[in-house]
Amino acid sequence: MKKLWNNKDTRRNLFTYALVIIAFVVVQIMLGGGMLGYAAKGFLVPVCVYISLAVSLNLLVGVCGELSLGHAGFMGIGAFSGIVMSVVLQNLIPNDVLRLIASMIFGGILAGAFGFLIGIPALRLRGDYLAIVTLAFGEILKNVFSNLYVGTDANGVQFSFSASGVSLAEGGKMILDGPVGATGITKLATFPMGFVLILFTLFVVLNLINSKEGRAIKAIRDNRIAAESVGINVTAFRMKAFVVSAFLAGMAGALFGLNYSSLTASKFNFNTSINILVFVVLGGMGNIMGSVISATVLYILPEALRELEDYRMILYAVVLIVVMLCTWSPKIKGAIAAWKASITEKLSLNKKKGVGNNG
Amino acid sequence: MQLIQYLINGISIGSVYAIIALGYTMVYGIAKMLNFAHGDIIMVGAYVSFCITSYLGLPAVASIVVAMAVCMLLGIFIEGLAYRPLRGTPSLTVLITAIGVSYFLQNAAQLIWGTAPKNFTSVVTMEPLHLFDGQLVITGEVILTVIVSAAVMIGLTLFTSKCKMGKAMRAVSEDRDAAQLMGINVNLTISTTFAIGSALAAVAGVLLCSTVPTLQPTTGSMPGIRAFTAAVIGGIGSIPGAMLGGIVLGVIETFSKKYISTDFSDAIVFAVLILILLVKPAGLLGKQTQEKV
Amino acid sequence: MKKLLAMVLTVVMAVSVFAGCQPAANNAADANTLKIGMTGPLTGGAAVYGTAVEAGMKIAVAEINAAAEKNGGLKIEFKSQDDEHDNEKATNAYNALKDWGMQIFAGAVTTGPCLAIAPSTVSDNMFMMTPSGSSDKIALTGNNIFQMCFTDPNQGSSAAQLVFDKKLGEKIGVIYDNSDDYSKGLLNGFKTKATELGMTIVEETSFTADNKSDLSTQVNQCKDAGCDFIFLPIYATEASQILTYANKIGYAPKFFGCDGMDGVLTIDGFDAKLAEGLMLMTPFNPDAAESKAFVDQYKAMMNDTVPNQFAADGYDVIYSIYNACVALSINGETPADEVCAKLVDYFKTYKFDGLTGSGMTWDANGMISKIPAAVVIADGKYQAL
Repeated sequence: MKKLWNNKDTRRNLFTYALVIIAFVVVQIMLGGGMLGYAAKGFLVPVCVYISLAVSLNLLVGVCGELSLGHAGFMGIGAFSGIVMSVVLQNLIPNDVLRLIASMIFGGILAGAFGFLIGIPALRLRGDYLAIVTLAFGEILKNVFSNLYVGTDANGVQFSFSASGVSLAEGGKMILDGPVGATGITKLATFPMGFVLILFTLFVVLNLINSKEGRAIKAIRDNRIAAESVGINVTAFRMKAFVVSAFLAGMAGALFGLNYSSLTASKFNFNTSINILVFVVLGGMGNIMGSVISATVLYILPEALRELEDYRMILYAVVLIVVMLCTWSPKIKGAIAAWKASITEKLSLNKKKGVGNNG
Repeated sequence: MQLIQYLINGISIGSVYAIIALGYTMVYGIAKMLNFAHGDIIMVGAYVSFCITSYLGLPAVASIVVAMAVCMLLGIFIEGLAYRPLRGTPSLTVLITAIGVSYFLQNAAQLIWGTAPKNFTSVVTMEPLHLFDGQLVITGEVILTVIVSAAVMIGLTLFTSKCKMGKAMRAVSEDRDAAQLMGINVNLTISTTFAIGSALAAVAGVLLCSTVPTLQPTTGSMPGIRAFTAAVIGGIGSIPGAMLGGIVLGVIETFSKKYISTDFSDAIVFAVLILILLVKPAGLLGKQTQEKV
Repeated sequence: MKKLLAMVLTVVMAVSVFAGCQPAANNAADANTLKIGMTGPLTGGAAVYGTAVEAGMKIAVAEINAAAEKNGGLKIEFKSQDDEHDNEKATNAYNALKDWGMQIFAGAVTTGPCLAIAPSTVSDNMFMMTPSGSSDKIALTGNNIFQMCFTDPNQGSSAAQLVFDKKLGEKIGVIYDNSDDYSKGLLNGFKTKATELGMTIVEETSFTADNKSDLSTQVNQCKDAGCDFIFLPIYATEASQILTYANKIGYAPKFFGCDGMDGVLTIDGFDAKLAEGLMLMTPFNPDAAESKAFVDQYKAMMNDTVPNQFAADGYDVIYSIYNACVALSINGETPADEVCAKLVDYFKTYKFDGLTGSGMTWDANGMISKIPAAVVIADGKYQAL
């Protein structure tokens, strides 16, 4: 046990788990005490979803060093397939929680499978080219979702790419209606399930990072050629990170989809992918705890700024730029450090003076 | 004849993408950053030009000159304030900052000009050419955009190969540290790049809105992404590549709308991009760089 | 130890951020102020609709509050929230309004967010009246939900009837927005009726929100098909692009739009001559005498922009709700569910005169019945068709 504690990585991971668990307990207590407003209650599930998305993207961007601009696409696959699954399973699994879990797992698996298919061509490219290919896949997926019609009736599930392609028998239900998206979704998502999802995501990602595979992945990030020369199968490891990341995004997407009563494909656009990326970069690339915190704070920030009305989004943009400059710019960081040093110096001088006067 | 008409329409929108892509590719080639705010500078340029012609009643040429000047200053300002402090940090940080700048410009434009879309009056006064008994129509905008984007491409190629500043840009693009050691002022060079790129964005904005008259704060974002795609298809960093990529993209988009499906044209465009990158990983005219061990 | 401290601080910070979104303490109800909330896209690509509705509502609120003495001093406190035309943000915006103590919900503006919020209003027993969410699915979500605008299928089918009755075209073309609910709803209504009446649609082409920056292909397709009449179930912005391009290439079929087309004449910089002969169906005429006071106020507020039907619908929503509340002696202390029950009952037999029509009534589903006026643009003005 002692040995475990002395390991820096393990200690950090335990802190991350502890942070999430403490936050969950605190929020549960506040919920019990009726201290949260409607808006705050409404944030709970999406915050959990975005934390999971940020952590899973961090695996790809931070740990693996591959820039992906299409994470929202995987989220979308999870969301829509999760919604379809939850309707299909309505009679088979009457229990809401079990049905939610089944839908999330299905969403995750489907997203993971797509991640694998997309990964085959995409992972042949690197750097900015990989980024643009993931962007392209994200846009393709969005375009396909917004032309996807899925309906279910007594005869089973029907898919089509045109509205007339789905002809339902009496009593049938349209689940996805092209650009209108999914409507009349039964909201299954709950905050405890969001919490479980975060724990699961953390478990998968942290274990992967701290395993043999994780070290190989980091080696590939730091120097691909050197890694290859010591016998690491570069493609296989990159693919593994890509698929795991897509799988987790799919699960989070399914939870997201089942948290709203209607959902359109346009939600899973480039902007959403970028937002998740912003969470990752501001939280620190490769820093899992950072992703958890920044996803929470940055999701709530624009909501908390609602009182500012028209100036809300412009202020958000300014905050984004300033935070980026303050955390990354060598000059500004230097200036802040110098300023801090001068203050501590002054403080200590004052202390000394004080001592002198007393004497 | 029909086919030729759609080809012309494709070239028309394609050359608009091309001129935006030229700005993208220059900035990427030299500053090595994806400037996602480029599309929004286009929007600012178009608004400035709109205000000058509609509210002040000045001629179109004057409005373009002013728009270029405003965008040039804006570009230099953004680069100095938001991008320069981050030089030398991972490229992802600059990308995020660029997105912050993009949000900022869009929301600032909304506060200044309001949400109601403006209808941009075309700067071209030429009557459309009706050929073959009106079966084929070529509008003045098509002719102007094609000429301007070709001229800009040639101008930029000459500038980077003949001018001292242009050569400095290429040096900075090759190896920033070595360029500095050779006495090139890297900061000035990159500022100049942004100035030129942003002035081009103003021209692109005017041409874009002359072809597609709707002007609103989000006008720049979708063409921006398309143009970025075009730049990658052509080989990002390559000036003739941006031109080629833009035209290819425009033609594919128009043809897929006409002959396949208007609903899936986006998916088709991006699928073509992926195919091209798989066959030629550095784009059509991009340089294939060998990695050194 | 330092790390533990940092972690505790972070948790405290996160919790305080949450707490910051709590209902404020000064939300105590005041008998004399009715709290009406609205959500809509106030930023982003759809902001033009949200800001128009918001302005229309604000004008109504200002008028009502200035003349409150007449109605026993009942005033309105109005709050608008941005939903960015996004279902997720719309849910957050609606929740924020509930925290504020909203009694009546006068939103949302666009169909997607309406459908996202509607089920919540049903379970909250919150009266909802959307000024411009036009899908028939909205009102069908629950009996507490009402619409101020036409529903899409109805409007589409009356458009087809009109085209048939007035023999406006032989070869009909349609250009619609496939990524927009409103446009597809109108198209379906139009097509169903057109087939019933034996009309032929020779060309049906579409665009999406992502590829609408170039609509020349679609216009050319209609031209190639030889259409002499084009139905445009789309908004004025895109329509202005189509009109401009068609004019450029010298293609002049008859164009016909629906209520979304309203406002085409007042797009800043748009050459109104291009819209000459354009036919549309709109409930609101800014040139009418009874609209003048509203138009003047709107212009003063919105930088000289002439209001469109979105603004007028917003204005009517506030007045219809307020008048009903006065009649039912609902005040600021009536809880939201009681307000809802009373209003739902009252709206069954309610007759309301507003800017977008007179003698408006609502059916059992909450859908409005008012007469769509078909107009044609001549000399830059709406003239009865």
